[in-house]
Amino acid sequence: MSMASIKFIKRTSFLTSSQFSSHLHRWIDSSSRNKPPVTSSGRFGTVYGGRQLHTAASISSDQLSTEAPSRQELNFPGGSVKFTSKRIFISGSNEERAHCYRVLNENGELVIDNDLLKITKELAVKMYTNMATLQVIDTIFYEAQRQGRISFYLTTTGEEAINIASAAALSNNDFVFPQYREPGVLLWRGFTLQEFANQLFGNKHDYGKGRQMHVHYGSKKHNYVTVSSPIATQIPQAVGAAYSMKMEKQDSCTITYFGDGSSSEGDFHAGLNFSAVMEVPVIFFCRNNGWAISTPISDQLRGDGIVVRGKAYGIPSIRVDGNDALAVYSAVYEARKMAIENQTPVLIEALTYRVGHHSTSDDSTKYRPVDEIEWWRNDQSPVKRFRKWIENKGWWSNDNESQHRSNIRKELAQAVQNAERTQKPPVADMFNNVYDVSPKNLNEQKESLRKTLKQHAKEYPSNVPW
Amino acid sequence: MASSIIQRIGAATSFDTNNNYFHRRSFSGRQSSFVVVRSDGANITTRLKPNGGRTHHLVTNAVATKPHTSAASKPGHEILLFDALREGLEEEMDRDPRVCIMGEDVGHYGGSYKVTKGLAPKYGDLRVLDTPIAENAFTGMGIGAAMTGLRPIIEGMNMGFLLLAFNQISNNCGMLHYTSGGQFKIPVVIRGPGGVGRQLGAEHSQRLESYFQSIPGIQMVACSTPYNAKGLMKAAIRSDNPVILFEHVLLYNLKETIPDEEYVLNLEEAEMVRPGQHVTILTYSRMRYHVMQAAKTLVNKGYDPEVIDIRSLKPFDLHTIGNSVKKTHRVLIVEECMRTGGIGASLTAAINENFHDYLDAPIVCLSSQDVPTPYAGTLEEWTVVQPPQIVAAVEQLCQ
Repeated sequence: MSMASIKFIKRTSFLTSSQFSSHLHRWIDSSSRNKPPVTSSGRFGTVYGGRQLHTAASISSDQLSTEAPSRQELNFPGGSVKFTSKRIFISGSNEERAHCYRVLNENGELVIDNDLLKITKELAVKMYTNMATLQVIDTIFYEAQRQGRISFYLTTTGEEAINIASAAALSNNDFVFPQYREPGVLLWRGFTLQEFANQLFGNKHDYGKGRQMHVHYGSKKHNYVTVSSPIATQIPQAVGAAYSMKMEKQDSCTITYFGDGSSSEGDFHAGLNFSAVMEVPVIFFCRNNGWAISTPISDQLRGDGIVVRGKAYGIPSIRVDGNDALAVYSAVYEARKMAIENQTPVLIEALTYRVGHHSTSDDSTKYRPVDEIEWWRNDQSPVKRFRKWIENKGWWSNDNESQHRSNIRKELAQAVQNAERTQKPPVADMFNNVYDVSPKNLNEQKESLRKTLKQHAKEYPSNVPW
Repeated sequence: MASSIIQRIGAATSFDTNNNYFHRRSFSGRQSSFVVVRSDGANITTRLKPNGGRTHHLVTNAVATKPHTSAASKPGHEILLFDALREGLEEEMDRDPRVCIMGEDVGHYGGSYKVTKGLAPKYGDLRVLDTPIAENAFTGMGIGAAMTGLRPIIEGMNMGFLLLAFNQISNNCGMLHYTSGGQFKIPVVIRGPGGVGRQLGAEHSQRLESYFQSIPGIQMVACSTPYNAKGLMKAAIRSDNPVILFEHVLLYNLKETIPDEEYVLNLEEAEMVRPGQHVTILTYSRMRYHVMQAAKTLVNKGYDPEVIDIRSLKPFDLHTIGNSVKKTHRVLIVEECMRTGGIGASLTAAINENFHDYLDAPIVCLSSQDVPTPYAGTLEEWTVVQPPQIVAAVEQLCQ
């Protein structure tokens, strides 16, 4: 029986027996020959068949010598399952947690027996410089918020490898559905420092036209969907986009990022389930950084993290060291290949640590020890680790480092200045893009606002144009 | 073609409470071409004042009907409402390969009300997708697919289940076009049966239009006849905005003769069901039939009610409504929503704000009570506005 016909039977299992008589023979085996016939409709047939055969089994155990061996497995809806007479519960946890894929240790040395994907010097240097740039971006914008120049920011400190290495393994046609801690993916794809600054200052060059809050970047030309604040809503959307790619037979996949906290949302479960049922090319990338604002992972879930959930949904999964850029690169590279060639979802859980606070509105020292934070910041820093590796290969030096960082700092400071000085989007624009064409009521409201601003010009900021 | 349209304008459909078959009776005397709001046929459309430029926008790409084939007009074909929806779906899926359908049991089962029957065998399992039971997730999926180029139609098996999708609809569907600065558009259609049925229980008798009406960025329309069901379905699919199409559980077996030629209706227009002079009765969906039944009684008593099926729940067609109010000076709203926060409540506010000077009496709004719909048949009947109440309200209003 092909997969298609099995599905068909599942859906229409409440139809009459005549459609199923041809399949009934699979469910009746020799031991029921002398028993009352299995009842009519296909689906119920299997259940009654099971029940009757169960009685048959108990009868046959009394007549062991004369009866054929009792059934060992049964074709239940969903597939064939073997029976066991031992009442054993599957444990909620394995003795050992799922292993974590890592190829580079903290000293930047390749571990023995690794299956590392070869990467060129060019790619490695590009990855490193982007990671370093991301650090500079985070530092400067965080400080800008503290200085009151922007009102909000959140950093990716500790997750630079996740951001850059995963982006490096993808192609520019792969659609990205981010959570909010993945600006590095945009950076890799060519979003300029000025474009970042424009969004943060919400000026007229911002692609979002000043409508979304800080760090909620979005860029159609980079195939990076605008960040939406609610958690995990992007997961089913990514599945939908992958479905669209499958329909149009495109040679690309979708990737969606989310944190450990997101894995508790209903959308996560439904999204993973759907993607497996529909067999679509989507990579689920979970940044398990141990914290959901102040909720530690132990309060978020029981069970061995997120990677084990993949199996429950029928999705191939891998656990990877999120602070190891090479491992992340290698895993995403392979996941992308699997997703596209086999049209399957893939789940990647990257273990890491959220070194920074959740955002500028948070002070994580209130709920976790400072030395823990510092340990992860220094000992497990993905940037330091990767730097050691490329320096050992002779591809990078201290001079390169200081020059690169100071260049970026200068460029970024200039970008921030430019962005701050650039005009805000016109107020009238606030009413556009709610619909494709502005409807009457919005036009009326716009006119009403215009009149109000004109009448009370002194009570409104003067630097915002109409 | 033109003559058959005009004939249809004044048509009343009577509600037979025993079986759900509806029969058309045409008021052939009512030549009301001046207030025709059906935008099939370019010559008729242009008489309407554009509503924010929308009307002209649609005419150029929508209607395939050639307005001058009146001599060779075909008789049309009789069809039930659910089938008219299906016809609309099928035509759009033939026309544009990006149109796809997703929902629970929409594929091989054909949909719980058979609106998608036959489509899965024709277009394949991928284009007519059976989803697992997770409304928020498959609505989110539809949104993601729409952002990357498809035009999904998301079916809620019952509108009430879409409450589970509220997050995706409000926070993403309505918002992403705006927050992305216009970069990503979400041309989804979210549809499903709603309203109070026959003993379906409180959870299956929700009126979601109340809850959704505030969400910026979405459009809402309610169909009530096979003709407007097909036309609105096609218009909703072609629209680049997210549109929520409200169907009613009890109207799926309505029968009507609709044109063989292709036609697309305007999403923002109301429908003049019965022109009149004494009072404007605004209604939509199933209540249209209760109103028309009450209209029969009212006509016998000597009243001349003007009945408008508002069809567009968001935004309201204040142009058509306004013209009517200016003519009759009295307004009665008949709706199925709850009294608090329903479509009627918003419509009352909108009319009061805009046409206060033209009103000779306060607006009367008949709605369902603020109770969950009881299961018992008699109790359920009393939660829905019935024709005698409508007659009484008009009599009082016109004193």
